[in-house]
Amino acid sequence: MKTSGGLWKECLQGRLPQPLGAEIDKFESEVLLKKQGKIDDKVFAETRLRRGCYGQRYDNGQRHDGKETQTLDYPSDNTKGPGTMWDAPGMQRIKIPYGGLNAGQLEMLAALSEEYSDGIAHITTRQDFQLHFVHIEDTPALMRRLASAGITTREACGNTLRNVTGCPLAGVCRTEAFDVTPYAKALAWHLLGHPDTQEFGRKFKISFSGCAEEACALAHIHDIGAVATVRDGKRGFAFYVGGGLGTVPQQAKLMADFVPDEELLPMAQAICRVFARLGEKKNRNTARLKFVIQKIGLEEFRRLVALERSTLKAEPRWTEYLTEVPAYREEARRPGALLEISGALDVEFERWRKSNVYEQKQSGYVTVTVTLPLGDITADQLRALADLARKYTKETIRSTVEQNLVLRWVSAAELPSLYEELKAAELAQPGAGTIVDVVACPGTDTCKLGISSSRGLAAELRARLLGKGYELDEAIRGLHIKISGCFNSCGQHHVADLGFYGVSRNKNGYTVPHFQLVLGGKWEENAGSYGLAIGAVPSRRIPETVDRITSRYLTERQGGETFHDYAKRVGKAALKAMIDDLTSVPPHDVDRGYYVDWSDAREYTIGDIGIGECAGEVVTPIEFQLAACEREAFEAQLALEAGEVGKATRVAYESMRNAALALLAWRLIPHDSTPDGILAAFKHAFYDTEYFFDPFTGGKFAQYYFAAHERRSRTSDAEQAHRLIEEAQLFIEASHACYGRLSAQKVVAA
Amino acid sequence: MDIQHFRVKLFATADSRPHLGDAIAVFHRWIQHRRLPELMIDVSDYEHVPSGPGVILVCHEAIYGLDQAKGKLGLVYNRRAPLNGSVEDRLRQAVAAADTAAGFLEQEPEFSGKLRFDRKAWEVSVNDRALAPNTEATWYTLAPVVRGVFEPLFGPTGYSLVRAVDPRELFRVTLSAR
Repeated sequence: MKTSGGLWKECLQGRLPQPLGAEIDKFESEVLLKKQGKIDDKVFAETRLRRGCYGQRYDNGQRHDGKETQTLDYPSDNTKGPGTMWDAPGMQRIKIPYGGLNAGQLEMLAALSEEYSDGIAHITTRQDFQLHFVHIEDTPALMRRLASAGITTREACGNTLRNVTGCPLAGVCRTEAFDVTPYAKALAWHLLGHPDTQEFGRKFKISFSGCAEEACALAHIHDIGAVATVRDGKRGFAFYVGGGLGTVPQQAKLMADFVPDEELLPMAQAICRVFARLGEKKNRNTARLKFVIQKIGLEEFRRLVALERSTLKAEPRWTEYLTEVPAYREEARRPGALLEISGALDVEFERWRKSNVYEQKQSGYVTVTVTLPLGDITADQLRALADLARKYTKETIRSTVEQNLVLRWVSAAELPSLYEELKAAELAQPGAGTIVDVVACPGTDTCKLGISSSRGLAAELRARLLGKGYELDEAIRGLHIKISGCFNSCGQHHVADLGFYGVSRNKNGYTVPHFQLVLGGKWEENAGSYGLAIGAVPSRRIPETVDRITSRYLTERQGGETFHDYAKRVGKAALKAMIDDLTSVPPHDVDRGYYVDWSDAREYTIGDIGIGECAGEVVTPIEFQLAACEREAFEAQLALEAGEVGKATRVAYESMRNAALALLAWRLIPHDSTPDGILAAFKHAFYDTEYFFDPFTGGKFAQYYFAAHERRSRTSDAEQAHRLIEEAQLFIEASHACYGRLSAQKVVAA
Repeated sequence: MDIQHFRVKLFATADSRPHLGDAIAVFHRWIQHRRLPELMIDVSDYEHVPSGPGVILVCHEAIYGLDQAKGKLGLVYNRRAPLNGSVEDRLRQAVAAADTAAGFLEQEPEFSGKLRFDRKAWEVSVNDRALAPNTEATWYTLAPVVRGVFEPLFGPTGYSLVRAVDPRELFRVTLSAR
């Protein structure tokens, strides 16, 4: 939309690092060709995704305004992908390898957020930046300006190697084996645009952690989680592979306990080649590396990687960087000196220091976390932070997976003055890494897949928890809350103490925003364990849910018991019982608030399909039946918790079958009542017709049921049972959604 | 310079005390009732960001916002789509759009008695550093344009203009009328 795009091209001519400049020229040509209708929609969609240009909610030209669906009459009829209007604003993701930034880059992000976006730069749960409401025609200029600051958007989205993340404390951490920074940087740039990473069927994520004990870079949720290890004085990495969150999360498995550092790049490359060769290409729902490993087993995967590695032709880049690694070290602006406090204690400063300051392993230096509410920062704040980064450090800044920024190498003696300057820029909020530092994906604010308002809920929880301030007990302050707008886990809800993901429920003829409460996750130990959903609660009552669970934890915990251990000890049944009364929804005419999501004013809808108008309608049998299925899935969870793996597997499968049965009964579809008969009728009536299909994931959740039916007589281990329960919950959610969609259509038809 | 993309902020009076979140419902209503001439797309809530954009109404042609940047509340009109006409016409359009939206906000029941705008306090920026970097040269080019729009309202000596000096910022002038 800017008329000045060409000016930037002229102005930055010859100043862009290659090949980034040439690639942006090529992308600009593709934008032009697409505008002229000379490129296929699907091809262009993948092209722009590989440049980080994502679609945004309502880019199909339809939006429900709370009363009716409005058509957004954009000036151009052109599209930038299937069903994606050319003029619809989109999201630009910007890769920040290992979160490393300098002051100039902050200033560039500030300028771009003002000129092309809405004045806000957003940090994601993978250390990227995102700008929203960006016009596709502005993206080449935006990319050029980023490239001039040494930043790329290449392969920020699409079926590519995404941002390589790293521990934000790398190099200053007290528990790390060694600084992973130069390795993360080398790998990120080596594999960027590499021929071996261009044929993936799905995205691929790598992280670097300095140690195994802390959360660091969440090794277990990555396709490759490299954890620094020293063996006999030699540097190397433990390689965890096949992890991922998404709809059905999978913990990464240890592929190799020691990969020497000179083997880091070729080993990662060999894994990429195996993934490119064996990964699913047609069905994106089973296309991540975790499915390859599930299918062939870890041993066979190891063998194939070793074989692939043996055939790789050596590249100089594999080891060139290693000569510089021993000398690699960030420098400080000022000499390290201990903080000396004289006079009366400044309570606010001390609170901030306690939560936001990390004592580095280098004496006299600290790392300061700048807490960003919901990961958002303004252009003015970015510039102010750039000034402070220059004044107090040698521009040693990193973004974090908790959606914050850190300033490393601050002399401890200068903390009071830095604090005052951060405060002046409104960047000195305390509570980093605590319960108030709520993490959330974009959710329904801007994401096309969002079901409930994760950011709205996060803002509400944050405000309430901040309001309680320091009345909160220490044990509660240390908890992590993470929220996703849907089951896709971008908010990393599986690894939180209190995780939430958005779902919807049909109540009284209306659709009501809900969140599933996920308990049992572990942030520490590099995302040490994944939680499971224990029940859906109306969005409106989530704050009470948090209050209730945390209060009970506080009164019932034994000694210094962590929340994770407490939840394990009291069990899911007791935890669920704590919130059962919060799951009810009053009729629409009694409290309309339940039917409106956080940070919104519209009557809640899913997929802009409108709501039923039969307020006061009694609860239909299918609603009871689906609720019973949820209970069954929960019972499966309890069985798993009790070590009864066989029972857990059986009950989880039955919960899926009963959900299918509920849909058949609701639509009065004749069927044979055997398991095979139910499946056949369901497939015929809901799958083949695509009535069951989610607009974005298609028939994925029905396939979970089909696969469970196939496997029902086989023995499962605990991990398989865990996965099946997760799949059962998603199938039941999809059944709710199917019922919601079809009833809305019925109402419309009537 | 063929300048586009004016960003105009009309400041609220010092005694205004609105609840910023009320703008969410108001802006959604504006979308329902097609209250503005632009193609209105969605509402975004940034109340949680201190001195941030507040609550914004994203349109295809522009972004409106009940904004609290730099700690000062105001109504922002940030033009995104290019316009025909002279540079002065474009600024006049942005000023008129901000003034109209501010008037609508003042009439909304949520803001009754809580939000008023001071039509003697404006800020004009150009949201495009390629066309209008924050330099003396831009100032010399744009000062007559700004005067051309505001002099009919306040007279040739009835107001003062102050330019922001940080070269990293957008070109920005603050206008205070007597």
